[in-house]
This record gives sequence, structure tokens and C-alpha cells, in this order.
Amino acid sequence: MNKILSRTITAFVIVFLYIPILVLIVFSFNASKSRANFTGFSLQWYEKLFHNEAILTALFNTIIIALISSLLATIIGTAAAIGINRMRPVTKATIMNVTYIPIINPEIITGVSLMLLFRAFTVYSGFEFGLVSLILAHITFNIPYIIYSIIPKLRQMNPNLVEAAQDLGCSSAQAFFKVTIPEIMPGVLSGFLMAITYSIDDFVISYFNSGTTVETLPITIYSMTRKKVSPEINALSTIIFIVILAVLIIKNAISNYKLRKERLEYLASKS
Amino acid sequence: MKTKILAVPYIIWMIIFTIIPLGLVIFFAFTTQSGKFTFSNIVAMNDYLDVLFRSIEFSVIATVICLLLGLPVAYLISRLARGKQGTMLMIVIIPMWINFLLRTYAWMTLLEENGIINRFFGLFHLGPFNLINNSGAVILGMIYNYIPFMILPLYSVMTKIDENVIEAAQDLGCSGFHIMTKIILPLSKQGISTGIITVFVPSVSTFIISRMLGGGTNDLIGDIIESQFLGNSYNPHLGSAMSLVLMVIVLLIMSLFNQFGSEEAVI
Repeated sequence: MNKILSRTITAFVIVFLYIPILVLIVFSFNASKSRANFTGFSLQWYEKLFHNEAILTALFNTIIIALISSLLATIIGTAAAIGINRMRPVTKATIMNVTYIPIINPEIITGVSLMLLFRAFTVYSGFEFGLVSLILAHITFNIPYIIYSIIPKLRQMNPNLVEAAQDLGCSSAQAFFKVTIPEIMPGVLSGFLMAITYSIDDFVISYFNSGTTVETLPITIYSMTRKKVSPEINALSTIIFIVILAVLIIKNAISNYKLRKERLEYLASKS
Repeated sequence: MKTKILAVPYIIWMIIFTIIPLGLVIFFAFTTQSGKFTFSNIVAMNDYLDVLFRSIEFSVIATVICLLLGLPVAYLISRLARGKQGTMLMIVIIPMWINFLLRTYAWMTLLEENGIINRFFGLFHLGPFNLINNSGAVILGMIYNYIPFMILPLYSVMTKIDENVIEAAQDLGCSGFHIMTKIILPLSKQGISTGIITVFVPSVSTFIISRMLGGGTNDLIGDIIESQFLGNSYNPHLGSAMSLVLMVIVLLIMSLFNQFGSEEAVI
């Protein structure tokens, strides 16, 4: 009885999660502009999408901002994590708590608080809202994710490793690059990837800090949804959905492959 | 000794881009346009109490529904075989990877007067029903966007519950309902409180979902804040006061539920 109920609810939730997405995909192939009447198959919205100057520029901006901000956030965040890890517990806890603020704060508050800061910049200097303010804002909300994905790796690491390397003749810089960095690399990489996805996906914080001249993809999407009918959005959603699906499936396949290879190697070493 | 210095650039960054901006919000909330100290911005919040209560009401309803739907889903996934758990989790996560604007836009096309749902009912000569631009549509949008945030933390605590504990309870005569109330729920407290926070916080502070699905008559506190900073009624002082109130609400909810979750962890 209980099982039937929980299965029904699960099926309902999955249908609920996917129906809107499926509808978007189906209507991306619609021959007419209607959002509710499927009049025939056509690829015209995809064609229009690839000739839409605003969308292509926004896509370019989004990628540039995501790459630059994630890269800088990774550098600052990795250095910070290593430094924080060596601090006294009280100092460490204080810094980690402040680091937590951008993660837990509602996005709109992070957005408007940075906007107030950049407004102050524009008053006292020639600063203008645009790419630079967007990159600064994205670095700010990306760094915490980097730090939080590296700190556990540092904690797992054997602290004697660095000393051992130095005893064997490494300079402290060599020990850092040859021991610490490779040890925490998985954390650095997953933090970097997380930063890129958050950066590409962000609408709220960018919306308050983009000014009037620069648009990122989510901002363009938002202005398109304000117009009543724009089927290019459907085409865009379909492409995004397929890209995401492909990335996740490839990721899954790679980890499955690795698992199988490890198992085979293990069996080979046994025999 | 020297490694600590590596954190210095970040600490400077944190001061400039996290602490000072929040300080600016507080400063603006308590000053007039000429920079004089005032409580008038906070007092002016009185005019927006209905919006504030509506935001809280909608997000509480959305959070409760997410919890009620999320519990059975997370439990079902946590009892599957390992490999299947991964696949099911991926099914829950994939929609989250699509930008929330697109997800919300999808509901606009479904719910509008000439939308697909109304066309479907039209086949049976029913409707058209008024499905969009009302409070229900906004709450639906919140549930749709944030339900994975409820399922994931619930799943991650439930998957740690030992199957033997459940079987022992069954052997001792527990009914399915009692297993839920006496075993699963108490052991999932941490996940429940995390789920409540991660659904409530973005719901109470949203401004796009209400605009796209609420049709302008269901403005939430996020919409009012946005219009003070970017809209026609430009007034960052009032906007900051509202942001401050929103932040206090979020902090209260978080400390309330964090305590609720960690209390259990100590016992």
C-alpha cells in the first residue's frame, strides 16, 4: 500500500519535472509561431537562432565571463584554501563563516549589495558597469565554491608528505608544486567546473551588475521571455538540454569505463 | 608560517566584495538621500507588509508541498539498488541544469489562456481555465524550480539509514505508517532541515517567478527590491531596508532549522 503510494508520487514528480521541458523541445520544431498549436515540422527557429546577433553576442559574453571568472576564482581560491588550512582554528572558523555568506545569502541580496559597491566606484572613479563588474561579481560568488571543494582534500592529505619532500631535498616551492598541488588537484578541478556552471547559469547577480551595455545569455533569455512570442527560446532550450544530457552521459560513461578498467586490472593483478 | 600569506589576496577580496557591500546595504537602509541617519526606510516597510507576508506565505506553502512530495521520492530512491540510485538521482538533477528562466518560461506556455493545458481541456469543451497570473501559478513555479533542492538532501540522509533497522521495526510489528513516523522521519531530521532551508530561501527571495507566472498582481518582496534598484521607483535606501528585512527573515529561518537538525545529531 505504502509502496504503491510512494511509487505513484515518484512517477508523478518525474512527469512533473519533465513535461515542461518536453513541451519546449516539441514546440522548437513547430512550423508556426504558436506556443500551443503544433502546425507542422520545421527547423526555422534553429536557423533564426543562429542568425540572432543578440543571442550570439550574449553567448560569447557568457563564455568569456565564465572562463575568466572561474580561472581567477580558482587561483585566488586555491591559494586561500591552502593558507586557511594552516590557520589557527578560531581564525579559520571566522574566515570560513564569512566565506559561507555568498553561498547562503539570497542571490538578490548578493546582487544588490555588489551593485551598491559598483555604484560607489562609479561615483568616485571612472568605473562603468559592464564586463568588468560582471567578472568581479562572478569571481566573488565563485570563490566560496572553490574553497569549499578544496578544504576537504587538504584535510585528507597527509601533512607529513610535504615535510618528507623537503627532507628529500625539495625546496618549499618545489614541495608545494610537486606534492600539495597534485594532491588537491581533484578538488581544484571540481571546484573550477562548479564555478563555470554557476557562472553560466547565473541570472540574478548578473542582472543587477551588468549595466545597460553588456548582456549575458540568461539576461537575453529574460528579455526574450518578456516579449510575448519568441520560439527561438524553445530552440535554444533544446540545444542546451541536449548538450547537458550529452555531457552527463559522457561523464557517466567515462566513470563506468574507469570502474571497469580498475576492476579488470585488479583481477589481472590477482591472477 | 609562510603558507598563511597565500590567503591574504582572498581576505582582501572578501573584505572588498562581501563585507563592504553588506555594510553598504546596512548603511543605505539607515540613511536618507543626503546621508543623514534615519529610521524612515525601515518604517516605510509598513506599506509593504502585505507583500512581505505574501512572500512568506507562498514560500511556506511551496516548501511544505516540496517536503510532502520529496519525502516519498527520496525514500524510494534511497531503497533502490546502488546503480539504480545513481540513475534516478540523475533524472532528478538534469532539469536543474537548465536555466530557471527557461524552466519557468516552459510553464508560461503550458498555463496561459491559449496554452496547452487549456487546449487539452478545450477538446472536451471545458474551460478555458484561469491557470496563470494567480497565486497558484507562482507557488507551482517555486515548487517546480526548487523541488530537487528538497529531494537531494533528503536522499543523502535516507541512503545512510540501515535497512536492518527498518526490518527490525517490521519484525517487532511496526506498520508501514509507523516505520515512516518512528524510524525514517526522526533519522532524516538533518536532511529535512537542510531541504527546508534550500527551498525556502530561494522561494522567499525570488522575483522572476512571480513576475513571469504571477502577472504583476502577485508581487513578492524580491520584485519590490528589484524595482527599488532597477525599476521606475528608484530608491536604493528603501531597497536596502527591504533587503535587510529579507536577510533577517532568512537568517531566522536558517538558525531555527539548523538547530532543529543539529540537535538530533547530538543525541
